Amino acid sequence: MTFVLRRLVLLVPTALGVTIIAFFMIHLIPGDPARTILGIHATPQKIAILHHQWGLDRPLADQYWLFMDRLLHGNLGQSLYYGTSVGGLITSRLPPTLWLIIYAGVLGVVISIPLAMIAATRKDGIRDHVVRVVPLLGLGMPSFWLALILQTVLAVKYRLFPVTGYGSGILGHLHTMFLPSLTVAIALCPVVIRSLRASMLNVLGADFVTTARAKGIPGHRLFVRHVLRNAVIPAVTVLGINIGFLIGGTVIVEQVFAVPGIGNLMINSIFQRDFPVVQAVALVFGIMVVLVNLLTDMAYAALDPRVRFDR
Amino acid sequence: MSAVSITPAAGSPESSSQAGAAERAQPRRHRWYRQPALMAGLAIVGLILFLVIAAPIFTSYNPDAQNLNATLQGVSAHHLLGTDQEGRDTWTRLLYGGRTDLRIAFIAVLFPFCLGTILGSLAGYFGGWVDLVIMRLVDIVVAFPFFVLIIALVFVLGPGERSIYVAITLVGWVSYARIVRGEILVAKRQEYVLAAQSGGLSNLRIIGRHLLPNVITQAIIYAMSDIVQDILAIVTLSYLGLGIQPPAPDWGTMISDGQNFLTTHWQLTTIPGVAVVITGLGLSLIGDGLADLLRPGQ
Repeated sequence: MTFVLRRLVLLVPTALGVTIIAFFMIHLIPGDPARTILGIHATPQKIAILHHQWGLDRPLADQYWLFMDRLLHGNLGQSLYYGTSVGGLITSRLPPTLWLIIYAGVLGVVISIPLAMIAATRKDGIRDHVVRVVPLLGLGMPSFWLALILQTVLAVKYRLFPVTGYGSGILGHLHTMFLPSLTVAIALCPVVIRSLRASMLNVLGADFVTTARAKGIPGHRLFVRHVLRNAVIPAVTVLGINIGFLIGGTVIVEQVFAVPGIGNLMINSIFQRDFPVVQAVALVFGIMVVLVNLLTDMAYAALDPRVRFDR
Repeated sequence: MSAVSITPAAGSPESSSQAGAAERAQPRRHRWYRQPALMAGLAIVGLILFLVIAAPIFTSYNPDAQNLNATLQGVSAHHLLGTDQEGRDTWTRLLYGGRTDLRIAFIAVLFPFCLGTILGSLAGYFGGWVDLVIMRLVDIVVAFPFFVLIIALVFVLGPGERSIYVAITLVGWVSYARIVRGEILVAKRQEYVLAAQSGGLSNLRIIGRHLLPNVITQAIIYAMSDIVQDILAIVTLSYLGLGIQPPAPDWGTMISDGQNFLTTHWQLTTIPGVAVVITGLGLSLIGDGLADLLRPGQ
């Protein structure tokens, strides 16, 4: 319990910091933010309204107070383009993004575990070298480019999957979101494979594995019952650590596949110069990562009791 | 020389010859040109750098020159990789685009490297509230997904090269700070640092002259994979129209320009993407090779 409490207390300054960064974004805009956002044809009245709305006519501390006051009341501001509340926009766009993140995370693990197993069981063999080098290709691959290629080949040419969208119903989502999720998963795999391989090698060298071997437990059973179970815990952590990477990867992939999620909303709002939406989406992504990190820590503590006593 | 110390008791001719062999083998194994990953990486990156730096030798076209009489051409003796929708030579734009992207990526990696190293060493060396403040800051920046923060920052700063540098610096320093802080925390308890401290050297001198040269290796290894990430960021920003502004050639803009012709002229989008992947592979191999070379035993 104290572990959970300690983590929750640590969460507060980070969450506050995330809001401060999101708040300060407006002051990074060169010149008068309202004038820059609205463009050269904006009337002075419109600019004055925006100044008042964003509190730009007040001191900085007051502005942040206003920002936080609204935020804590669930008010993320008004969209300049859609004219509706940003909170509502984000809530309606959140499910596809969550789908994509979870789907991609699952695919990433499903792809990574067998590859890491192949590499770890034949350390320094040819298979190991192949599994170590091929993911390096994924490390430097622009995900929007991979998305375009997969889309053109598998969706446009062979018509195996829908080209864009979110689908309807669970099966529809699974089918339509396969390519976007695969794209995000491929970007994630190199990191996961490496960490998994390293942790599997660690477990393979542990005394209890030697004991199990000496007892004559067959190879595959040894691997599944003894090695994999102990190597999955670090994999959960690796996934947790890279959750920012995973979430960041969805933004541009949503754009290519026109998945109606918040990443797509963010990019489109950039094209519309809809600053409040961009700011709010960045904030939501930041808070999302902070919360997922907390959940990972807790999952880790639940899986491995030693963590709870660690300072 | 740990290999020597674990050999059986010295004295017998057999064991001394074993020890001698181990001693001779040890340094050879760690020579840089014996690292296949490092060599392959250096070869790839070296070739790419040579091609893009010496671009005018390998092509006689101007990367921005349009020729509306020769649009969307296939591979030919005149146009090695064909032409794009405005009749510009793809091979030429690939070389000059690489020039732009790699130049920006190599410059962009320096700022976060320096900022992160300075803040990380201050946090690690002084500890206390300095450490607390800097590491809280790290936690906050890390909370944002890399691409989300980069895209948002470049959007508010306005598109272009300067904004890319600022955004990458503001987001990228955290990894270096974490790495250098961790290394300094270990190194500052070593005897040579204690000796320097009792010798009355100033803290800045101890950090700069004694600690940093010993801990900077990890940051340099990380910088290799960081350049890959920076290239991806630059290309992604350009794809979105927030990075390098046309008509300047760049791989991201090339991919974005070509995507309307993907079904008919796939090479326009595929080729610049392959260039990014190969560059990334080369740099990752260098990073891996350096890591193996400089951190033996891992």
